[in-house]
Amino acid sequence: MPQLPLRLKSPITSLVGSALLILLGLVPVAATVLDDPFMLTLFTRVVIMAIAAVSLNLILGYGGMVSFGHAAYIGIGGYAIGILAHHGINEAWIQWPVALIGSALSALLIGLLSLRTKGIFFIMLTLALAQLVYYLGNGAYAYGGDDGLTIQQRSSFGGLIDLNDKESLFYLCWVLLVLTLWLTYRIVNSRFGMVLQGAKSNDRRMATLGFPVFRYRLTAFVIAGTLCGLAGILTATYTDFISPAMMHWTRSGDLIVMVVLGGMGSLFGPLFGAFTFLMLEEILSSWTEYWKIVFGPILLLVVLFARGGIDGAMVRGAAGYALTGLVTLFAMYIVHYLWYDDWVPAAIVLAVAALAIVAIWLRQRRTGGQHG
Amino acid sequence: MTLLLVEQFLNGLQIGLLLFLLAAGLTLVFGIMDLVNLAHGSLYMMGAFFAAVLTEWTGSFLAGALLALPATALLGIVTEVIALRNLYTRDHLDHVLATFGLILFFNELARVLFGVGGMAIPLPDSLLTHFEILPGLPYPTYRFLIILVGLLCAGFLYVLVQRTRLGMLIRAGATNREMVGALGVDIKLLFTLVFGLGSALAALAGLMAAPITTVQIGMGDNILILALVVIVIGGIGSIRGAFIASLLIGLVDTMGRAFLPNMLGTVLSPADAGTVSEALSSMLIYILMSGVLILRPAGLFPAPGR
Amino acid sequence: MKVSTLLRVTGALAVSALALAAAEPAAAQAKKIKIGFVTTLSGPNAAYGVDMRNSFELALEHLGRKMGGIPVEVIYEDDEQKPEVGKQKTDKLMQRDRVDIVAGYIWSNVLLASYKSVVDNNTFLISANAGPSQLAGEQCHKNFFAASWANEQNPMGVGHLLNQKNVQKLYIVAPNYAAGQDMANGVKATFKGQVVGQDMTRWPDQLDFSAEISKIRAAKPDAVYVFFPGRAGVQFLTQYTQANLKKEIPLYSVFTIDGVTLKLQKDQALDTFFGLFWAPDLPYAANTKFVTDYKKKHKDTPTFYGAQSYDVANLINSAVVATKGDLKNKDAFRAALEAAKFESVRGPMKFNKNHFPIHAIYQQEVYKVSDSEYDIRTISKIIDNLEDPSAPKCKM
Repeated sequence: MPQLPLRLKSPITSLVGSALLILLGLVPVAATVLDDPFMLTLFTRVVIMAIAAVSLNLILGYGGMVSFGHAAYIGIGGYAIGILAHHGINEAWIQWPVALIGSALSALLIGLLSLRTKGIFFIMLTLALAQLVYYLGNGAYAYGGDDGLTIQQRSSFGGLIDLNDKESLFYLCWVLLVLTLWLTYRIVNSRFGMVLQGAKSNDRRMATLGFPVFRYRLTAFVIAGTLCGLAGILTATYTDFISPAMMHWTRSGDLIVMVVLGGMGSLFGPLFGAFTFLMLEEILSSWTEYWKIVFGPILLLVVLFARGGIDGAMVRGAAGYALTGLVTLFAMYIVHYLWYDDWVPAAIVLAVAALAIVAIWLRQRRTGGQHG
Repeated sequence: MTLLLVEQFLNGLQIGLLLFLLAAGLTLVFGIMDLVNLAHGSLYMMGAFFAAVLTEWTGSFLAGALLALPATALLGIVTEVIALRNLYTRDHLDHVLATFGLILFFNELARVLFGVGGMAIPLPDSLLTHFEILPGLPYPTYRFLIILVGLLCAGFLYVLVQRTRLGMLIRAGATNREMVGALGVDIKLLFTLVFGLGSALAALAGLMAAPITTVQIGMGDNILILALVVIVIGGIGSIRGAFIASLLIGLVDTMGRAFLPNMLGTVLSPADAGTVSEALSSMLIYILMSGVLILRPAGLFPAPGR
Repeated sequence: MKVSTLLRVTGALAVSALALAAAEPAAAQAKKIKIGFVTTLSGPNAAYGVDMRNSFELALEHLGRKMGGIPVEVIYEDDEQKPEVGKQKTDKLMQRDRVDIVAGYIWSNVLLASYKSVVDNNTFLISANAGPSQLAGEQCHKNFFAASWANEQNPMGVGHLLNQKNVQKLYIVAPNYAAGQDMANGVKATFKGQVVGQDMTRWPDQLDFSAEISKIRAAKPDAVYVFFPGRAGVQFLTQYTQANLKKEIPLYSVFTIDGVTLKLQKDQALDTFFGLFWAPDLPYAANTKFVTDYKKKHKDTPTFYGAQSYDVANLINSAVVATKGDLKNKDAFRAALEAAKFESVRGPMKFNKNHFPIHAIYQQEVYKVSDSEYDIRTISKIIDNLEDPSAPKCKM
């Protein structure tokens, strides 16, 4: 289903998206006030994953290229940092450009090889090429192989930012997320972006109009790969570790889930998706070891009933449900944080959420329309 | 040396045919209903678990196997009706997301029902023997059985698809679904039947593999990727393509693991040959798939009308 | 929904959320020892994590849930066998739960991803299983201890066993990942004969070993040595037995047969040779108590994962007792840990300078207790006081 850029102008999604961004930006403050440094750790990961999801959304949501090997760039960016650090090169001014250029070149190569195929073939080819990168990482025993590579010292910006300070690192990631979103916004609303989206809905038409579709797609592919390499750099910095497991196709699957869950082809969709996915994982796994038995059907239900993901729900007039969902998630996180093992407060929040959903549904039926 | 070659060829054949059993169901479902069913691997796992439990109850592997097939087909049909039916008109990506959720669910369900340790299916003594297919080459009877069942299944599917009315509907549906519906065929029923057949095939693959690989939670997840590789190389919806591609992959993988170190040993030092062949063996299947898709972007046997 | 309503609702919820957050429940601040234990509690290898948790709990029970008179609290976390999840759970234990000691870790890559968050923050991390050579060598850290073994130790023991049994030609099969490489290198370090072939299989998804088994048959070695942990051990043993090679080519292994896999391997594990630093029947008082009580409570024999976890609890206890509960004095606590003055279930052990154990390796075998029950017993001691080869690389 073609996603028109006009959706970006939808007031509700922009409002909620911006609100979420601002709330995320306030996390360090909350962490200090509540004396909970772990909150900062957790949300750093959310922000980094959001950058990766936004990069994937560029080619998947807007460009229609379902890359099942996107997590490979996280690995490439991360390993560039790790390998350089292993050899004693800790200056970020060297590490970051190497990592970004490495990701760009890999994306160029993978894109050249795979963009001639379409549909399921493209999916499988990107998966195969990413698995090759994964097995290369596994086989590189000099750099740990599948044990992974520990990064003993964080990159230094020469006094500009201290990456060992958790707050500084978080703000760096947050600023980069904002910049990535802004970059995506500009790309999508430019002529380049229009061609890309036009090619997603009908590439033959675009070609007839004289556009070199392949070149446009390859460019988008390289941009997305580079941005994901950035997420890789941040991942390696934040965990002080990089391993091939982070490049496995199942991680690419996680990224796809985040993008689709949040709403493909929308600016804030991947942010919603990454946030929801990681929050659910964090909260549910603290309740029970069997949390996937709940998480799985949740995904299924979202696909069946919430077409276009969370963002799509908001645009389609089901904003009430989507918002209830997001706010419930937020409330659940607070409950999980305060009353870690006690299920009663969680049950109360869920009950309130259920009531809210029923109330919204009833109100919709009475007004008889799609104005949610 | 030739005996080893024959033995490894048989090994590759057996692995390929097991893969074919799994891929056949997947390609049918993908071809007819245009449904990317990642949960196909979960049906493979559930089929194996059912067979293990039923073998314990009945005391006979044959009974367990025969009962597990309809049980898994039923499970597949129930899943299709409840969860997947509404997805046919949707994007492939929605399929991926929904069936990914199903994989998580089935893995945990299996853990709840059957425990974390997995199960084993002990073979009856009659199947634990060897027999000499060539003088000096004893080959395990059970692996022979797998080859036999695989070939019989391939033959059965060929007859089904090419010679029966159901097969005709399947072939027509793969080419043009709307037309078949317009001609008055109950498409819903056809799809459900095909899904049931695919589930039974997955179960057969699972329960045949189980005595060798044991029944474990998540056993379908990795082999699913191989099955996807097969149907992509072989062509969506083509049973013949799946057959050829499975055998190709099984043989390349086995022969690669068997002879790559020796072949590399002629040009590299033994230590280097060892390290390089180790790395290469893991990557062979993906190199093969990448090669095929780069040269033939629509697979080896693209189905008409795609 | 109108934007104004939207804003009102969101505002209300946000305010109530903040109110909740502000009203933190008061936490009791009595003195206790908090231990964080990270292991795998979900997925196909959850059985080992459960074994470790059971054993750690049993040790605490035996100690009356007190160490040096101070009550102990343990928080168990599931790493899902993924490095980043393990790191995240470790961070949570350090930053939110503020534990005094972190222990556990089955997998090397999870440990390597997580250990820095602990040891760089002046806290001790005691591994109850993973023993990667990096942490035994160049990356050794004063706050890191392994109560289990270094990867290469047990295979070195099996290498000595092969020499004792006069094996001349050996074929090695192991999975192609870091631990697999360590297990292969370990046996080659001590085995004096000739390695006629080595196959590293694709990990973790290669389940069919027919190609490798055919190669073994063709190479005609005196023995074959394998390492296949967890379910891969069941698969390899099944296929090796089905290939009818056990009599011709005896099977030596390490970490391939344990209490969990034995339940599925059954008869197939009989008539094989393996070595380990611990067996359920080692005649030391601590071990007898551990195994007997574990069997009574869980109707099952513990695995070596559990034995290691039991030892971790007692190791920590010995240090608490020695420092009279003063966990703040890190240097004293470290010295107490290094002294290892506790009754280990494996018998006499001490720590090497890289904080990895020096202990004996025993030859073991599987035997039938009854028709459907199998167990592991010791045959002989292969070698005593075995050190690991990475210790010289540690600069502590």
